[in-house]
Amino acid sequence: MPIKILMPALSPTMTEGNLVKWLKKEGESVKAGEVIAEIETDKATMEVEAVDEGTLARILITAGTEQVAVNTPIALLLEEGEDPATLDSVPAPQVKETTKEAPSKAVAATPSVTALPVKELSPQKPRAANAGDRVFASPLARRLAEHTNLDLQTISGSGPHGRIVKLDVENAAKSTTSSPTLTFGDSEYFDIPLNNIRKITAKRLTESKQQVPHFYLTIDCNLDALLALRTEINARMDTEKLSVNDFIIRSVALALIKVPEANVSWQETSLRQYQSADISVAVAIEGGLMTPIIRSAQSKNLRQLSQEMKSLAEKARSGKLAPEQFQGGTFTISNLGMYGIKHFGAIINPPQACILAIGMGEQRPIVRNGQIQIATQMSCTLSVDHRAVDGAVGSTFLAAFKEFIEDPLRLLI
Amino acid sequence: MTQTLTVREALRDAMAEEMRRDSNVFLMGEEVAQYHGAYKVSQGLWEEFGDKRVVDTPITEHGFAGLGVGAAFVGLKPIVEFMTFNFSMQAIDQIINSAAKTLYMSGGQMGCPIVFRGPNGAASRVGAQHSQCFASWYAHCPGLKVVSPYSAADAKGLLKSAIRDPNPVIFLENELIYGRSFEVPTDEDYLIPLGKASIVRPGKDVTITAFSITVGHALQAAEQLSDLGIDAEVIDLRTIRPLDRETIIRSVKSTNRLVSVEEGWPFAGVGSEICTMICEEAFDFLDAPPVRIAAEDVPLPYAANLEKLALPSVEKIINAVKTVCYK
Repeated sequence: MPIKILMPALSPTMTEGNLVKWLKKEGESVKAGEVIAEIETDKATMEVEAVDEGTLARILITAGTEQVAVNTPIALLLEEGEDPATLDSVPAPQVKETTKEAPSKAVAATPSVTALPVKELSPQKPRAANAGDRVFASPLARRLAEHTNLDLQTISGSGPHGRIVKLDVENAAKSTTSSPTLTFGDSEYFDIPLNNIRKITAKRLTESKQQVPHFYLTIDCNLDALLALRTEINARMDTEKLSVNDFIIRSVALALIKVPEANVSWQETSLRQYQSADISVAVAIEGGLMTPIIRSAQSKNLRQLSQEMKSLAEKARSGKLAPEQFQGGTFTISNLGMYGIKHFGAIINPPQACILAIGMGEQRPIVRNGQIQIATQMSCTLSVDHRAVDGAVGSTFLAAFKEFIEDPLRLLI
Repeated sequence: MTQTLTVREALRDAMAEEMRRDSNVFLMGEEVAQYHGAYKVSQGLWEEFGDKRVVDTPITEHGFAGLGVGAAFVGLKPIVEFMTFNFSMQAIDQIINSAAKTLYMSGGQMGCPIVFRGPNGAASRVGAQHSQCFASWYAHCPGLKVVSPYSAADAKGLLKSAIRDPNPVIFLENELIYGRSFEVPTDEDYLIPLGKASIVRPGKDVTITAFSITVGHALQAAEQLSDLGIDAEVIDLRTIRPLDRETIIRSVKSTNRLVSVEEGWPFAGVGSEICTMICEEAFDFLDAPPVRIAAEDVPLPYAANLEKLALPSVEKIINAVKTVCYK
C-alpha cells in the first residue's frame, strides 16, 4: 500500500491550509526529513518534511490549492519495490471539506508527516468552521478558479443567492491580469484579494473590539536618561546597536514580573496569571501584521533581546515564523513611534489582557519644580481588558514600567 | 437525392419498403387496412400487401398486442399500430411482461422482434385520457427500446431500423406533426441507427435536449434566443432508450448548461434522467443547475387556454435558458 502523506496540522488552530508549493516532483525520490512542500497556514508559510523514505509517486493536491482540510491526503509515497498500480486503490481526496476533529487530535492523527513540533501554547480556542463562510459557486466556476489560481473568497457572485458563476470568474481573471481598474459610479477602484493574514487579523480584531471591554490608560515617560545610557552602551558595542525598543521590551518584561496581576488572560471561568513574560511584539510586514514572541523576556538581557527581536522580525517579514514563534504570548507591545505617532490606543490581542501602545519620543516642554524645562518625553497607552485587569492594576503596571524607563540602569541589573 | 415528404408519408414508405424487403413483416391494428389507419399513416399498404399482411383487428389492444407478441416469438416481425398510445395502456402487460422480458427470461432462447407504433402525447383538445406522453413510462423498462422522431427523414430512417431490430421497439409518433413536410432521402436503405441523438442546431451557450414535437419548440426558441445573444445548441434525442449519453455529455461539457424539454410529466421523467446523468458525468462542467421543461404536473386540461399553459412552450424554453445563462 502506498503511504499517504496527509495535510499536517501545523498549529493548534489550524483546520485547513493552502498548499503553496511542491518542492518535489512526482517520481522524485524523497528521504526522511527532506522538505517536500510549503504550506500556508493562518499566519505563516511553513515547510512540510517527509517522515518516510521512498518515491513521491503521486501528488493528489496540486500547488496553489486553497483551504485543504487538515488530514486530507495530499500525496502518495511508494516505498522501494512497491507496485505503482497500488496507487489507484487510494481514493482521490475531497478538498474543501473541513475536519471537525479537535486540532490537537488532528496532530496526533498525522503519523505520516513530521510537522514542526507543536506545543500546547496559549489557551487559544480552536477556530471552529463557520457555516457562514461557505462560498457558493457553480462547479464550473470552482474548477475555473482553481485553474486560474483565483481565490473564490475574493470573487463576488452574480448568480442567485450570490452564487459565483463562470462569468464572475472570467471577469475576476481579466481584472487581475489586465488593467485592475474598474469604474463604479464616478470613482475608480480596484479590489485587492485578501491574504490569510489579513483575514485572520480582521476576524480576531473584530472579535476583540466587539467582545473585550477595553479601557485605556496613558502615561508620559521621560526618555533622557534612557537615551543617554543607550548612547553610552552603543559606543561600547561593535557592530550591533541597541534600539529604544529593546529597552522598552525589557522594561515591560520586568514590570510584568513586578506586577504579575497585569500578566494575565481572561479564561471565562477563571483568570490565568502567567509566571513568565512572553512578550508579543507587533511587526509590520508586507500585507499585514505579525506578532512574534520573545519568550521569558524577563530573563534575557538587552543584547539577547535585541538579537532575538532582529531575528524574529526578519522571519516575520519572510513569512517563516514557526507557530510557537507567533502563537501564545502574554502581553503585546505595539510601537508606532518611528512613524511620528504621538500616542494611540491599540486593540487587545486576545486572549491577552493588555497591549501597550508606544508613541514617539520627542522633546516637549515640561514643568519640573515650578520651572518649564525641555525633556524628551514618550506617551504610552495601555489598552486593558477590564474583565481581567482593573484600573488600579493597570496603573500600577504603568508606574512600574515608567520607573524602569526613567531609571534605566535598573534594566542592566 | 431527397424528396419532400410529410412525416405521415415517410412512415408509410418506411413500412412499405420493409414489407417489400422482408415477407415476415406485417402490420396489424384498428382500421389500418381498409380505412388506411385512423390518421391515414398506412395509405396504400392494404392495396399492395393484401389481407394477410395488413390486418384490421377488433377493438381490443390487449388482445391484438398479445397476438403480435406471440407472432414475434415464433419468428414473424409484426408492426402493431395503436390508434394512439393512450390505448397501449390496455396492452401494457403484453408489452412489458411478454415482449420486453422474454429474451431475458428465456435465457436468450426466444426474442421478440416487434414494433409498437402510433401517435403519442397531447394532440389538440382531446382531454386528459387521450393526451399523455409515454416516453418515460416505456423507457423505464429494460428490454424495450423507445424511439420518438421529429423530422420525416428521422421518422423513416428510425422506423426502418426499428422494424429490423431484433428487440421490441416502442415507436412514439405525434399526431400534430404527421402533416409537417421535410426533405427525406430517397435511398431505400436509408437507416438511422437506434440510440443516436442528432445535434439539429449547433451552439455554444446552452444545450437544449428535446424529442418529437418539442424539437420544433426548441428550434424556435433557439432562433429567438439568438436575438438575445444566446447561442443555443439543440439536440434531438430521437431515441430515448438507449439514450445517447455521449452526445449529450459532450455538448453540456462545451456549453456548461442544460435545459431538457419533454411533453411528459416532470416526475421521474426523461428530463430527470438526463439531469441526473449530467450531474453524475459532467458535474464539474456545470455553471448552473440543469433545468427541466415538462408538462405541468396535472392531467392535461381540456380547456384550450389551460391546455396551452400546461404544455411545454417556446416561451417556457426561452425563460429556462435565460435562467441557466443568468441573463
